[in-house]
Amino acid sequence: MTRGRGIGALRRGAARLTGRAISLFARLVTAVQAVWQGLDPDADPAGRRPRVYFANHASHGDFILVSSALPPRLRDRTRPVAGADYWGGGGLRGFIGGDVFNALLIDRQRSDPGSDPVALMAGALDQGASLILFPEGTRNLTDEALLPFRSGLYHLAAARPEVDLVPVWIENLNRVLPKGSFIPVPLMCRTIFGAPLHLAQGEAKDAFLARAQGALLALRPNPENGR
Amino acid sequence: MIAPHSDLLAVIAGIGAVLLLASAIGWVLQRRLSPNGENAAIENLNARIRAWWIMVIAMSLAFLGGRTGVLLLFAFCSFAALREFMTLTNATRADHWTLVGAFFVVLPVQYYLIWIGWYGLFSIFIPVWVFLLLPIVSAMRGETRNYLVRVAEMQWALMICVFCASHVPALLNLNIPGFEGRNVLLIAFLVVVVQLSDVLQYVWGKLIGRHRIAPKLSPSKTVEGFVGGSLSATLIAAGLWWMTPFSPLEAGLMGLVITMMGFFGGLVMSAIKRDRGVKDWGHSIAGHGGFIDRLDSVVFSAPIFFHLTRYFWSMG
Repeated sequence: MTRGRGIGALRRGAARLTGRAISLFARLVTAVQAVWQGLDPDADPAGRRPRVYFANHASHGDFILVSSALPPRLRDRTRPVAGADYWGGGGLRGFIGGDVFNALLIDRQRSDPGSDPVALMAGALDQGASLILFPEGTRNLTDEALLPFRSGLYHLAAARPEVDLVPVWIENLNRVLPKGSFIPVPLMCRTIFGAPLHLAQGEAKDAFLARAQGALLALRPNPENGR
Repeated sequence: MIAPHSDLLAVIAGIGAVLLLASAIGWVLQRRLSPNGENAAIENLNARIRAWWIMVIAMSLAFLGGRTGVLLLFAFCSFAALREFMTLTNATRADHWTLVGAFFVVLPVQYYLIWIGWYGLFSIFIPVWVFLLLPIVSAMRGETRNYLVRVAEMQWALMICVFCASHVPALLNLNIPGFEGRNVLLIAFLVVVVQLSDVLQYVWGKLIGRHRIAPKLSPSKTVEGFVGGSLSATLIAAGLWWMTPFSPLEAGLMGLVITMMGFFGGLVMSAIKRDRGVKDWGHSIAGHGGFIDRLDSVVFSAPIFFHLTRYFWSMG
């Protein structure tokens, strides 16, 4: 009993240290700067109102960067939504996804029809957590700025219409760690937080998803060269 | 480690006194003119002074840490500057391995060459070896779009942020008869004169500046600021002759050269910023911008100062 508790405490301590180390490393490589456009970071300093941060997804480091850019109090309540196929299971990835970042793991293949990702996310919001969500569903390895959004963001917005949906543009991380490379190169990155949106009364799925994509794309500083 | 020279302690104490005075002036200005933070210029001034404290403390610790401390500090500055510069280049993912090489091979090797004191390779490693080898790495990927622009920009970034910046700690390797064990004072002289010149140009410009000197490149630089700042920095350099191997006249001339190179270095780096549509190189140093915003003038003056000193004073 005590031994189990001791190991649990050890694991939690290791997770906390690892989290600090990962965040420090991310800052050393990217000097990440949070830019707030249309959202006051101090409006809800304790993070009492759950939010959904939805961002572009080009690299495995994306949620680390968004999380590192948040003020510490908000960061502690924010859980990335991640694919169980990659971040689940045991080993190092499981430790980083589960213990360090407390990721909400969802089954992207829907192999078990009983597990409903939207219900899982809504449940986490109900418990007071904020979420980091990548509505493209998978890493964007193309030259397009964004892949078409999957419908998850719409269903979540319909299930919890009062929750703020905050667009977050992650700038440059795809250059730091491009497709197929495993050594990051140090380049400055920014995470740009935009004004929150909500599902309008009677808004159709496609219209809402197009609006959400537009809001995210509008945060790009230099659309013409991808920077 | 050898005990720090008393001249070094005097310099650090002197800088501390100047900063105390600056902080006091900043405090009075804020109380009088901007009690609730309404005057942006005064708020920026105070942010700059606070950042100066951190920079001076970091420099002093490095100086007291001797050779290792100075090398580590400037290697880190090179790293931070290169990170800012490469961000603004056209380097694409075809250049990923070139960038990996620049950050994790070229930069450490350049500083290692200073550490072991191999002057011959230090002075040609980036201009010759890297100049020829890095474009090969990029070419192997077969991406020809913007190729010349990409490799030229990356070479430029390495020349400015690593090669030129590394001439500051390389001053430790000069062998000047009668000046043994005091080389760190050459670095202090260079950095103090360059930075004071920047500050004095800013102050003179704010006080009596009327005529813009290069409105397209740097709207805040004025003829009055340039002349007043360089002359006063040159006079201060002459007054600091006791910490150098130079006579007062020589120290003043060195100060003038450093100041000129620093001023035009600032203009060159401004031209790059305007071209890329950014106001600052980064955001790491509150009130100042990025590392390059603070280092631009040092980077341009360091190699010239190094070679003048080496040619006329050093035994090789």
